[in-house]
Amino acid sequence: MNSTPLTWRETMAWSLLGVVLFLGLWSGLTTSGLVPRQFLPPPQEVASRFIQLLTSPFAGATLPQHLGSSFMRYAYGVLLAAAIGVPLGLLMGWFRLLDDIVTPIFDGLRFIAPIAWVPFAALWFGTGIGGPVMIIFAGAFPPCLINAYRGARFVEPRLIEAARMLGTGHTRMILEILLPAAVPSIVAGLRVSAGLGWQSLVGAELIVAAAGVGFMMVQAQGSVQTATVMTGMIAIGIVGMIIDVLLRQGEAWLRRRRGLEA
Amino acid sequence: MGSILFQNVDKVFGPASSGVKALDNINLEIAEKEFVAIVGPSGCGKTTCLRMVAGFEAPSAGLISVSGKKVTEPGPDRAVVFQQFALFPWKTVRENIELGLRNKNLPAGERNTLVESALKLMNLETHADAFPHQLSGGMQQRVAIARAYVLDPDVLLMDEPFGALDAQTRVVMQEELVRLARVNPRTVLFITHAVEEAVYLADRVAIMTRRPGRIKEILDVRSIRQAENWDRFQKIEDVMDLESFVHLRTHIWKSLREEKGSQSI
Repeated sequence: MNSTPLTWRETMAWSLLGVVLFLGLWSGLTTSGLVPRQFLPPPQEVASRFIQLLTSPFAGATLPQHLGSSFMRYAYGVLLAAAIGVPLGLLMGWFRLLDDIVTPIFDGLRFIAPIAWVPFAALWFGTGIGGPVMIIFAGAFPPCLINAYRGARFVEPRLIEAARMLGTGHTRMILEILLPAAVPSIVAGLRVSAGLGWQSLVGAELIVAAAGVGFMMVQAQGSVQTATVMTGMIAIGIVGMIIDVLLRQGEAWLRRRRGLEA
Repeated sequence: MGSILFQNVDKVFGPASSGVKALDNINLEIAEKEFVAIVGPSGCGKTTCLRMVAGFEAPSAGLISVSGKKVTEPGPDRAVVFQQFALFPWKTVRENIELGLRNKNLPAGERNTLVESALKLMNLETHADAFPHQLSGGMQQRVAIARAYVLDPDVLLMDEPFGALDAQTRVVMQEELVRLARVNPRTVLFITHAVEEAVYLADRVAIMTRRPGRIKEILDVRSIRQAENWDRFQKIEDVMDLESFVHLRTHIWKSLREEKGSQSI
């Protein structure tokens, strides 16, 4: 629509305007008395609660401590998803038989939302670390597998032919041809996985955890502390954004190193 | 070691009954250390001929054998040089050349010696640690040729190897290939649509018809090259001025034009 690209300054100005409008609307709604405070606390109340929770504990821990235990579960779940999903995807991209065996099962399972695993996670693991890890895994696994698979499957056919002509065996084909060729796709998949994993995390903690941001939010809900619930939401948003920015930079760095355009 | 044989080879793409017949009864025998070029109109199936010798595709009928053995799959005894180079972008020049030797499970010391001599042969010593994208097209194709040569293959299959290069680089590479053929003669199957290139490089030139591709005519260039002593010239343009060269080139041109004429182009 708009053909003239905006300068960095202009972009920042418009983004800032969006934030200001959003906060203004929020503040207006709450101070006007249209919406009761307990339904929607005003931004300044949430902000002060946020700052307060950085140092004083709620539901057994401060906000950074809750975030810490959330992040541990998250890291386990996502790493496990990558450690299984990427190799399996590559193998499926090379061995047709494995593809035929796994694909129907996988296609059925991947449409089950991570949160749908909560009953089983609770049953199998209680409030131990296994439950949330399993739910995060359920969210993060499909993009890992799909992107590794696609990356391996759509390697330039000439490169596969060149490698076969050079007498390359299966192991080396997967490790030295398919894997490096699939790296851009795998990294894109990891980014999606990281996002979905982080989203699933809170869902998991709402039900099966004894610490973490999600747990904190459930406890706050029980005592109708809406500002604390919102603090949890904001913390989740901020951490999610940080994860995404870091992974984007990693991806750009990788592309530059490959001599591709960023 | 190193002969190539096409025996009554047909190739049909798609289902046998309703598919497109690409090649019709190809018979061709290439002797050890012989350089044969196949020329033909585009889409005539000349690249398919090479791909079947490489083992990337199987004939629909007939037999293809190399060194007396039926071709069933790709292998390092039949090294391919592709038009689009097909170098591994994440491997350095050295690693690209070394891969085939690693697949042969040669010890590191021996691999190094062979890679170094291949680098030297193709004047790539100073670029050994560069990545393909840092090199010009001509340099990339040198790497691809080194990668093929280092395997010491029975036959070398070159699929329009200079087709993606600019005119000047192309001439340099053609002269280079002649130099290589003298230092280290190989059985070569060379696919091209450039008539001069075929006449300059090959011992024999096979001319193909348009689809379905058949071999229409095979010209013996070697006897003329030897009789007229083309090898006294270093430069391709000097050879191209010779009457005997012009005569052969014109003959092939006319033959190919007939093919295009029947296609009403």
